[in-house]
Amino acid sequence: MSAPLLQVRDLATHFFMREGVAKAVDGVSFELGQGEILGLVGESGSGKSVTGYSLLGLVDPPGRIVAGSIKLNGQELVGLPQAELRRMRGRRMAMVFQDPMTTLNPVLTVATQIKYAIGAHESVSAKAGRARAIDVLTRVGIPDAAARLDDYPHQFSGGMRQRVAIAIALLNRPDMIVADEPTTALDVSIQAQILAEMKSLVRDLGTALIWISHDLAAVSALAGRIMVMYAGRIVEYGPTAAVLRAPRHPYTRGLLDSLPMRAEPGQELAQIPGAPPSLAALPPGCPFHPRCPSADAICQTAPATTASGGRGWRCHHPLLDGAA
Amino acid sequence: MEKAEAASPLGRFCAEFSESRVAVAALAVVVLVIGLAVLAPLFAPQDPYDIGKLVLGDARRPPGFVGAGGYVHWLGTDAQGRDLLSAILYGLRISVQIGVAAGAIAFAVGATLGATAAFMGGRVEILIMRFIDLQLSFPAILLALVLSAILGQGKGQLIAALVAAQYAYFARTAHGAASAERAKDYVVAALSTPMPASRVVFRHILPNCLPPLIVVATVQIANSIALEATLSFLGLGLPVTHPSLGMLIANGFQYMLSGRYWISIYPGVALIVLILAINLVGDQIRDQLNPRLKR
Amino acid sequence: MSEPFIAVDAVSKRFDPRVSLGDQIAGALGGAVERRYVRAVDGVSLEVAPGEVLGLVGESGCGKSTLGRMIAGILPPTSGAVRVAGKPVMSPGRHPRKQTTRVQMVFQDPYASLDPRMRVGDIVAEGPLVHRLVTKADARAYVANWLTMVGLDAGAAQRYPHQFSGGQRQRIAVARALAMRPDALVCDEPVASLDVSIQAQVLNLFLRLRRELGLTMLFISHHLGVVRHVSDRVAIMYLGRIVEIGGANAIYSNPLHPYTKALLASVPQLQLEDGSDVAFAPIQGELPSPLSPPPGCHFHLRCPFAEARCRVDIPDLRPAGDGRWAACHLFEKIAKTV
Repeated sequence: MSAPLLQVRDLATHFFMREGVAKAVDGVSFELGQGEILGLVGESGSGKSVTGYSLLGLVDPPGRIVAGSIKLNGQELVGLPQAELRRMRGRRMAMVFQDPMTTLNPVLTVATQIKYAIGAHESVSAKAGRARAIDVLTRVGIPDAAARLDDYPHQFSGGMRQRVAIAIALLNRPDMIVADEPTTALDVSIQAQILAEMKSLVRDLGTALIWISHDLAAVSALAGRIMVMYAGRIVEYGPTAAVLRAPRHPYTRGLLDSLPMRAEPGQELAQIPGAPPSLAALPPGCPFHPRCPSADAICQTAPATTASGGRGWRCHHPLLDGAA
Repeated sequence: MEKAEAASPLGRFCAEFSESRVAVAALAVVVLVIGLAVLAPLFAPQDPYDIGKLVLGDARRPPGFVGAGGYVHWLGTDAQGRDLLSAILYGLRISVQIGVAAGAIAFAVGATLGATAAFMGGRVEILIMRFIDLQLSFPAILLALVLSAILGQGKGQLIAALVAAQYAYFARTAHGAASAERAKDYVVAALSTPMPASRVVFRHILPNCLPPLIVVATVQIANSIALEATLSFLGLGLPVTHPSLGMLIANGFQYMLSGRYWISIYPGVALIVLILAINLVGDQIRDQLNPRLKR
Repeated sequence: MSEPFIAVDAVSKRFDPRVSLGDQIAGALGGAVERRYVRAVDGVSLEVAPGEVLGLVGESGCGKSTLGRMIAGILPPTSGAVRVAGKPVMSPGRHPRKQTTRVQMVFQDPYASLDPRMRVGDIVAEGPLVHRLVTKADARAYVANWLTMVGLDAGAAQRYPHQFSGGQRQRIAVARALAMRPDALVCDEPVASLDVSIQAQVLNLFLRLRRELGLTMLFISHHLGVVRHVSDRVAIMYLGRIVEIGGANAIYSNPLHPYTKALLASVPQLQLEDGSDVAFAPIQGELPSPLSPPPGCHFHLRCPFAEARCRVDIPDLRPAGDGRWAACHLFEKIAKTV
C-alpha cells in the first residue's frame, strides 16, 4: 500500500481556560488514505470537531495544539506558520461546517465568492472562472446553476446553501475535505440528497473525506472506516460495518443500543447512564469507566490501544465478537 | 459543579468583577465618596447650611487658612465664608441623593414602560416606543432645563425634571432587551402554564433584562449627577442656601481669574472623580455582561 | 373509540408578515400592495384519545410546531378550535388567553426553556403556586416529589439551570410541566438537542411517565425513529397539512402517501454488511416556499406518481381502513401498482 494521504500521530489539542485545561483532543492517531471516507463519531464534547479543526490549523486561542504531528502527503502541518496554512487551506484541504454561513459571506454573491476562492490560489480569466463555478455548482446538485450564480446566500434554502459551501470546498480539488456535522441542521430528505451526492463526488474526484457526525446511521451509509471518540480519545476504530456489527468498546456498544431504531417500539431503550465528563475534569484512567457496565478496579489506569486486523480499541475489557 | 456558593449568577458576577483592579479601585472610590457624602455631618468641620455660623471675614480664604472657627480650612473658603471642604461634602450629599433618586425612579418607570411595550406588542408598543423615540431626539439637557424652569426650584422638582429627561434611555434599553427575551422559550413556557401577564413581565422578562439596564443605570446615575450640576450651575437647581456641587462651581466661577481658583476647582475635582469612578465601574460591568467580549 | 381528550377541529394558522409603514401608506393611498400570508397550518383536524401518544412528524416548516403550540394554548388559531377534555383551550374574544392547565408543554431546547435567573425549585413550584395546586408550606416537598419522579435528586431544587447538563435540564422542564398535574403533554422535539446516549435516557423517561401517570401525549419530532419508538399513532405533515395519519406500525411498515414513502426511504439505516453500497433514495427537489405553496396537492411537484388532477384538486384525508387516513388522490392505485 502506498503512503497514506494523511498521517496523524499523538495529536493533542488543549484549551487553556479560567476553569482549567480542557483536553479536547488527547493523543489521537490515525491515517487516511487517498479518496477514503472516514467517519468520526462521538457525542458533543467528545473532541471530534476540535480534531477536525486541528487538522486544518483552525484552532483559535485559548486552544492550541500542544503535541503530536499531522502529515499531509508527508508534509508536517503542526508548527507551520498561519500564512502557509492559509495557502494550503482550500487548495490541499478544505472544511465544510455545520452552518454553511460560516463559510459564506452574506453580502457577496455566490459568483463573487467562488471567484475569490479560485483567485486565492491561481489566476484564471473571468470567463473560465465562471465556467468552473457553474461546473462545480452543478456537480453538487444545484439546478440551473448558471442562473443562480449571481444570487446571494440568503436567496438559497438551507440545503442549497450547504451545497454551495460544499461546492466552494471542492473548488480547487483539495486532497482532503473535513466535514463537521454538515447535514445535522438539515431535514432528512435533504440530508439523504447530500449524502448521496457527497458519496459520488468523492468517488469521482478522488478526494478523501473525514465526515464528523453524531449520527451513526448516516456515517454507516457513507464511510468505509469509522472512528469513535470519547472524551478526547479514539476509543475504537475499524471498518464501519465490522465495528457496528460487533463493537469491542462498551461505549460503542452503548451508543448503538441507545438508538431507537434498534429497539422494539415502546420498550425501554438500553441507555448509557450518566453524562459525558467535562473535558477539564476527566476521571482518572479510562474516562468512560464511571458510565461503563464492565468497569472494575483496573479501569482506574488508562488502557492502551489494542490493534488487530485493521481494528483497534482502547479498553481493558473489550467485548467479544458477537456479544450482544 | 459542586461550588454552590459561587454558583448563583450574582456570585459568579462578583468573582469576575474582583479580577479587574481598575474597576475595584473605582468601586472603592464610589463607595468612599458616597460614604463621605452620607456621613458628611460627621466629617465636615462645619455645617455649611447654617448661615448663622458663616463668618464673612473668612470669605475667599485660600486652602490652609485658619479661620474664626479655630480650625484649618483645608480647601479654603467660598465667597460666603463657607468651609469649602464641608460645602463639597454636603454638596456631594445632595448630588448623590438627587442622582441616585432620579436614576432609580427613571429606571423603574423606563424599564416597566419598555418591557410592557415589548410584551404587549401591536399598537401599544408602537405608541409607547414612537413617543420615546420622539423624546430621545431632544437633548436631555434641553428637556431638563425647560422642565425645571416650569416646575420651579426644589429637590422634588429637580428629581422630576431629571427623571423625565432620562427614563427614555431605560425604556429604549428595556424594550430592546425585553423584545429579545419575549421570544425565548422560558417566557413562552410561563405563558403556556398559563401565568398572569404581569407576573411574566415582572418575574421573568424584567429580571433577565437587568444586565443591560444595570449598565445604563450606572451611566445614567453619573449623567444625572452631571445634569444636576449643570442645572445648578445655570441657577435652575436648588436654593442658594443649599449649594450643590454645580452651584459651588458657579459661585466660584467669577473668582477664577482673580487667582482664587479653589472655590471652583475643588468642587469640580470632586464632581469629576465621582463621575469618572462611576463610569469606570459601569465600563467593567458592561464588559462583563457583554457576551461578545467573553473570553 | 372513547371520547377524544384532545380534539383539533379544522384548525388553521395564518401568519401575516409585518407590513412596513411605507406599504401601509401606499395601501391607504390605493396602491396595489401585494400581501402574502404564510399558512403555517391549513385546516388540520385530528383527535388524540385519553392515554394515547400521537406522534407528529414532518420536515422543518411543515407547521408541526405551530400546530403543537396551538394545542398547548400558546398560539390562538386563525380559524377552527382546539378542545381539551371537551373545553376550548383558548378563551374566545379578541385577545384569546389559555384557559386550562390540563395540557402542558415541553420544549426542544432545555437551555432556552428554563429561566436562567431562577432556582430549579422556584421554576418547578411557580406554576402550582400561582394556580394554588399547592400551598407555600408544602411547596418544597411537592417540588422534591416531582424532581424525584423525573429521576433527579431532590437537592437539585437549590441549584440554577446552568449547573445541569442538557439531559438533566430537559428533566427539569418535564418536572415543571408535570407539577401542573396535566392530563396531556405537548412535547416539541424534546430530544432533538440531546446527545444520542442522553436521548435514550429522556425517551425512557417519557415512556415511564406515560405508563405511570397515564399521560396523553402529542410527540412532535422530525426524527422518524424516535417518533416510532414512543407513539401509538403517527400523523405526517407536509406544508401545513396532514398527509397521512394512522397506527405507527402500519405507517412505518406500509406507508400509503407518496410523501410518507419518500420520507421513510430517506432515513439512513445502520449498515452492518461489509462493503455494502447504499443507494440513497432521496426525495426529488426542494420543499416549496410556504409563502407560495403549489396549488392542488402540495406534494405534486416532487411526487413521482402525480397526475393532472393532483395539480388542481386539494386531496382530502380519506379513510384507508384500519383507522388509517391518507390525503392522496391515488393511494389505492399506488398500492396496487407497487
